[in-house]
Amino acid sequence: MTKKINLTLKVWRQKGAAHKGALETYSAQQISTDMSFLEMLDLVNEDLTLSGKEPIAFDHDCREGICGMCGAMVNGRAHGPEKGTTLCQLHMRHFSDGDTIMIEPWRAMAFKVVKDLVVDRSAFDKIIAAGGYVSVNTGGAPDANNIPVYAEDAELAMDAAQCIGCGACVASCPNASAMLFTSAKVSQLALLPQGKVEADKRVLSMLRCMDELGFGNCSNERECEAECPKEINITNIARMNRGFLKAALFSRHK
Amino acid sequence: MQLDSKAPGGPIETKWDRHRQDLKLVNPANKRKFDIIVVGSGLAGASAAASLAELGYNVKCFCIQDSPRRAHSIAAQGGINAAKNYPNDGDSVFRLFYDTVKGGDFRAREANVYRLAMCSNSIIDQCAAQGVPFAREYGGGLANRSFGGAQVSRTFYARGQTGQQLLLGAYSALMRQVSVGKVEMLPRREMLDLVLVNGKSRGIIVRNLITGEMERHAAHAVVLCTGGYGNAYYLSTNAMACNVTAAWRCHKRGALFANPCFTQIHPTCIPVHGTYQSKLTLMSESLRNDGRVWVPKKADDRRKPDQIPESERDYYLERKYPSFGNLVPRDVASRNAKAMCDEGKGVGSTQLAVYLDFAEAIKRDGEDVIRKKYGNLFAMYEKITAENPYKTPMMIYPAIHYAMGGLWVDYNLMSNLEGLFVLGEANFSDHGANRLGASALMQGLADGYFVIPYTMGGYLGGAGLDSVDTNHPAFAEVENECKERVNKLLSIKGSRTVDDIHRELGLCMWDNCGMARNDAGLTKALNTIPKLRDEFWQNITVPGDQGDFNQSLEKAGRVADFLEFSELLAKDALDRRESCGGHFNEAFQTEENEALRDDENCCYAAAWEFTGVGKEPVLHKEPLTFENVHLTQRSYK
Repeated sequence: MTKKINLTLKVWRQKGAAHKGALETYSAQQISTDMSFLEMLDLVNEDLTLSGKEPIAFDHDCREGICGMCGAMVNGRAHGPEKGTTLCQLHMRHFSDGDTIMIEPWRAMAFKVVKDLVVDRSAFDKIIAAGGYVSVNTGGAPDANNIPVYAEDAELAMDAAQCIGCGACVASCPNASAMLFTSAKVSQLALLPQGKVEADKRVLSMLRCMDELGFGNCSNERECEAECPKEINITNIARMNRGFLKAALFSRHK
Repeated sequence: MQLDSKAPGGPIETKWDRHRQDLKLVNPANKRKFDIIVVGSGLAGASAAASLAELGYNVKCFCIQDSPRRAHSIAAQGGINAAKNYPNDGDSVFRLFYDTVKGGDFRAREANVYRLAMCSNSIIDQCAAQGVPFAREYGGGLANRSFGGAQVSRTFYARGQTGQQLLLGAYSALMRQVSVGKVEMLPRREMLDLVLVNGKSRGIIVRNLITGEMERHAAHAVVLCTGGYGNAYYLSTNAMACNVTAAWRCHKRGALFANPCFTQIHPTCIPVHGTYQSKLTLMSESLRNDGRVWVPKKADDRRKPDQIPESERDYYLERKYPSFGNLVPRDVASRNAKAMCDEGKGVGSTQLAVYLDFAEAIKRDGEDVIRKKYGNLFAMYEKITAENPYKTPMMIYPAIHYAMGGLWVDYNLMSNLEGLFVLGEANFSDHGANRLGASALMQGLADGYFVIPYTMGGYLGGAGLDSVDTNHPAFAEVENECKERVNKLLSIKGSRTVDDIHRELGLCMWDNCGMARNDAGLTKALNTIPKLRDEFWQNITVPGDQGDFNQSLEKAGRVADFLEFSELLAKDALDRRESCGGHFNEAFQTEENEALRDDENCCYAAAWEFTGVGKEPVLHKEPLTFENVHLTQRSYK
């Protein structure tokens, strides 16, 4: 049933990457439990705007859980307490009247704060540019049915391909590693015949790029998997590691 | 102004081939001398930027999000059509063409639609080669399903995330070109205006959304791939940042805006639940393959769905349209849902919803099969509503979804402004008055992968362009106008928020210019909008500064443009003296309450010319002729 609840928010405010940030306290009154978390923030921002203050900056776009733009640490958990849920799909019915909610940006060396809860995730684009593709130009592709794919492989590839690039895996990892993100793309393409030709080169290049950008390594904490809103499995990391070893030891790109 | 569609004559099957033969080519060594600006990185923008860069052009691609991978194409769920005829059920390029023209209620340009159907097969080949994980049959071939408004299974899909997978495919092709230096990607940039030099599009002014700096970018051609204007209605299935600004600013510089009243209302969205609501969530219409739509037979029946016996349920789509049933086109399904709610048969707390029931499909196929097909959609529904659709029927209601109208373009996808190309949802060309399901992805990718690479060469090869850089006085002039406007928005310091005014505009548009329109309502909207616009410019408050990351300022600029654009939308709706597809004027309907076209007088695309804010725009008509499809009253009975 729909209820109205009152909350206290502690929100990270930071003017920019060069400025120091701090937690500010706000009260969110008469919040309908049917609201999404971002709609609750909208309401707080309307109040701030009308009282002449700057609203809280946060990234968001589709509000359907697919664009990967939103995300924040809510009470220390990426995208909040619900499993398999982005922040925009988290609803206030999961909170209780009188709760205090701590809201902070993703924290990682490779993700600099732009403002308040907004961070710079361009490092993810750089990792993809390092090899997260099949090198095929437009035109001249063979008939799609000339490349048969085992239905099971297509399913596994799709499981990995669902990654929305939100950065929750990095924010949750004690090492701020981007292994889950990187392995999702490496796995998707390694599982499909289309991606096999470049598999060795891809895994070496993407991992090198990931290291250079200041992401940490994987120490099997599994926090990434637990907090991933698309529930991407860490077997993708294992698959990538096997591919990496093979490529690093035996391939012509080693 | 004479509108020339430049569609070639002769048999429709060979028009595109002949046209490509006639287009000028740019020598491979010369391509690197041309700079092209692509605005937007959705399916149309990313595919265009990647394909043009592969050919050798220097491309700059801009997007407002933090990464090109986030464009709203990503949210498309159901699938993409192609005339592959893999299921051997009688599909062909001609049938896909025919269905699209008919589905668009005969208000699209035949030549463009035929080309779209031709390109559809190459799109699937291209995306499969990129590693898009399409659904597969056990033999390894691609799987197909049927989709709203089609009697063949021609829809390719990747679970309920087809748009995401196609976009990530195009994004990967784009990032590959970034890595080889052929595309410069500029995210978090918003295009604020077009720069014309000697009547030709030679650049844009963008605002860097992080620093607030205005930036000038010059090029030989500008390709606009900036999506649709559904957010004029405030609540829609569009992403929060979707806007009309880039298209509208081009319109104010002289580009004609065509058929703005052709808006699509999607029948299967999660109903509105409160005034704080920021957007509406679509449930893919692929759900209508297995879900049955119903309402209680008697009005004001407040019983729970499981307490209403079969005999007291009205499966109204199956009853009224026995051959298409729950799969009728979107406009028909939407209007019928509204009609049921108008009769008091709506369900849920607001009574503005109908049921979409999977009980029979689950009984027939088992919960596992249904979960495999729609698992992510069911999960999303449950997250938002806290109800389990495996157990209790979903509640759905129509919402604004897609814009068929857009900037007018010719067969080359060039607007009437030379060197300004418009692709994807931002143009008006292929869907007529109504878009069929799984056709938007097809159009975005056809335009970007397979049309613009040819027509861009045709333009650049023959345009004889001088060299122009950002020091040209035209850039300084337009940049100053952009700055003044931003300063004005910040200086009002009134007492209403931008969202507050946007919400009021949206309500006015939905009530008066929504699913069913009439002259009185449209006239009312035309009276209200200018007043609201005045209120906006006198009484909004925009906190923060120009030289900073300022989301309130971004929003204000977009809403300011919606407040001008919406007036044109309502005007176009009032001016079109017929009903067709997504535009339904209650004065023009058949006895069965279907849209009644007037082919004798209204078989045209309405292309509007800007003359000033609040001034009468000038209408130019592009007559539409149908040589290959016989004009009929659409019937889905």
